[in-house]
Amino acid sequence: MIKYLCKRIARSLLTLVIILTVVFCLLRLMPIEGYFQNFDKLTETQIQVGLQEMGLTDPLPVQIVRFYGQLLQGDLGVSRVYRANVPVMDILADKIPLSIRLGSMSLLLALIVGLPMGGLMARFKGKFFDKFGTLFIVFIQAVPAAVYYLFIQMFGTELLGIKMTFDAEDWRSWILPVLSMSLGNIAYYGMWMRRYMVDESTKDYVRLAKAKGAGGSRITFRHIMRNAIVPLAQYIPTSFLNTVIGSIYIESLYSIPGMGGLLVDVIKRSDNTMVQAIVLLYATVGIIGLILGDILMVILDPRISLGKKAGGR
Amino acid sequence: MAFRLQKEKELQDSMVQNLQRQLSEEEMFSFAEYNEEAGEKVDFTNYSYWRSTVQTFCRNKLAVTLLCVTIVLLLFTFIQPYLPGQYDPNKVNMDMMTFVAYRNVAPNSQFWFGTNVIGQDLWARIWAGTRNSLIIGFSVAMVEACVGILVGVLWGYVRKLDFIFTEIYNVLDNIPNTILLILISYILKPGMRTMIFAMSLTGWIQMARFIRNQILVIRDRDYNMASRCVGSSTKKIITKNLLPYLVSVIMLRIALSIPGAIGSEVFITYIGLGLPLEVPSLGQLINEGRSLMMNASLRYQLIIPTAVLSVITISFYVVGNAFSDAADPKNHM
Repeated sequence: MIKYLCKRIARSLLTLVIILTVVFCLLRLMPIEGYFQNFDKLTETQIQVGLQEMGLTDPLPVQIVRFYGQLLQGDLGVSRVYRANVPVMDILADKIPLSIRLGSMSLLLALIVGLPMGGLMARFKGKFFDKFGTLFIVFIQAVPAAVYYLFIQMFGTELLGIKMTFDAEDWRSWILPVLSMSLGNIAYYGMWMRRYMVDESTKDYVRLAKAKGAGGSRITFRHIMRNAIVPLAQYIPTSFLNTVIGSIYIESLYSIPGMGGLLVDVIKRSDNTMVQAIVLLYATVGIIGLILGDILMVILDPRISLGKKAGGR
Repeated sequence: MAFRLQKEKELQDSMVQNLQRQLSEEEMFSFAEYNEEAGEKVDFTNYSYWRSTVQTFCRNKLAVTLLCVTIVLLLFTFIQPYLPGQYDPNKVNMDMMTFVAYRNVAPNSQFWFGTNVIGQDLWARIWAGTRNSLIIGFSVAMVEACVGILVGVLWGYVRKLDFIFTEIYNVLDNIPNTILLILISYILKPGMRTMIFAMSLTGWIQMARFIRNQILVIRDRDYNMASRCVGSSTKKIITKNLLPYLVSVIMLRIALSIPGAIGSEVFITYIGLGLPLEVPSLGQLINEGRSLMMNASLRYQLIIPTAVLSVITISFYVVGNAFSDAADPKNHM
């Protein structure tokens, strides 16, 4: 197990380096107009001087080596455009906690509502509750999130009688963003929970439990759910870590100063140091999430082992 | 016991009788005729995969209704420009007497869905937008399906390629799409083709991964092992054994990638990398409507395009699910 994890982490590091290098090269292909705010008014020499100051005139390998050198010393560099000459770390440290708080609240809500919903739907398969839940899931999955987010904001704020913009001090302004963010996850967890529960409920151990006289609810929640939750467990760490990324729609709709949309924003403004830092953050989070997910799966289901044979992800 | 003995006796008697039946000399020494029709009778039903699929699909009334809705919508978006009395989607409509543009006119008999901020007819813009969005959705889904299936099959079936493709996937999956989108929009001229290209460029890898996971599950089933043992070529195993088995899931995935593409067009427009203004799309219309959301009397500009969008995406979703259920032989009669 330990050996497997070491190997896997080593491989992940390699992947991370490749990702960063590719992104680094792609960024150097971007139009140079983006680096200057008043590109049209600048003369050729001014542009050259500007590029030289940013170290963009050096050959690509030199730039890459310099970048990794700084990275190894834990220096992510300073932002160039987004907030000129402020260390990237400081900008991110301002934004990440808010996104994590919002994201984990909505994810908790999704798990608390979604998993029991899927369980109940499987328990009363074909009955009213199942049909109602399916309708909800179909709606949430089929309609683009951008659309129902807008309507929740439009009618929700009128209903609650609050302002459309977010205010971290006012707890009421947390309700709508958290709710909108969790809807997609509720549908997701509900759908898969139902599906796995229905798959499990035809297995022999369920028949045995029924034969020995266990009640319907007891079988559903004590026997089936434990087994059905295993394949879902793999996604839960990833989902929690992904809250760092934030939601671009939600945060811009409610003007929340979080991480959502930051990446798009800095890419569009050619703030390369910021882009590299954020890509590094996201990729790390994604890779760690996968590893943690596998570990959680092993903990929940002792039959799974991450040894040589089963480790083929 | 007595009953069984009696039965046995009867059976024996009848057999003896049959043998002793008087046959003419001629009949005894001539070949029995081969009756093809009688031979076919062994096959107990005339099962046809696609007919059963259609039959099963037709039993789902909701899906059939939504399929009709989709087809009608599809036809209508293409017929609409040729109907009499339609406005040009890009023309700014003005009052002929005063030369003042019809700005933000609420839906009325002249402008069925009203006009937008600069006076363009929303009815025409919505159908043109729907047409463009559907074209984008279909094209992207097709490209994704072709490339995704090809790569996915190789990824899943050929063991040596698994490691390489998995690494490629890990890298591509972690490169932000926005970077690619911006680069593409910088290199190529913005427009429908660029949009389709950009969206397919990032979409195929998800499709390939999906196919790969499906292939992994059935790759080593006994019937494929048997095929390999009798020396079938890889190509034959893939086209005759693996892909037919996956028809239902692949169809579902394709059906879902159409609304998915339409939805991501909305997203791309939202982050400001969408189509140019003279090429309307649903994403663009929704985005324009969103900026007027605060003004209750102008909300029709948001509600109408979102309604059209929702009808289309829900239809594809439900029809895709129903079709994939119907394409699964387990659900056939």
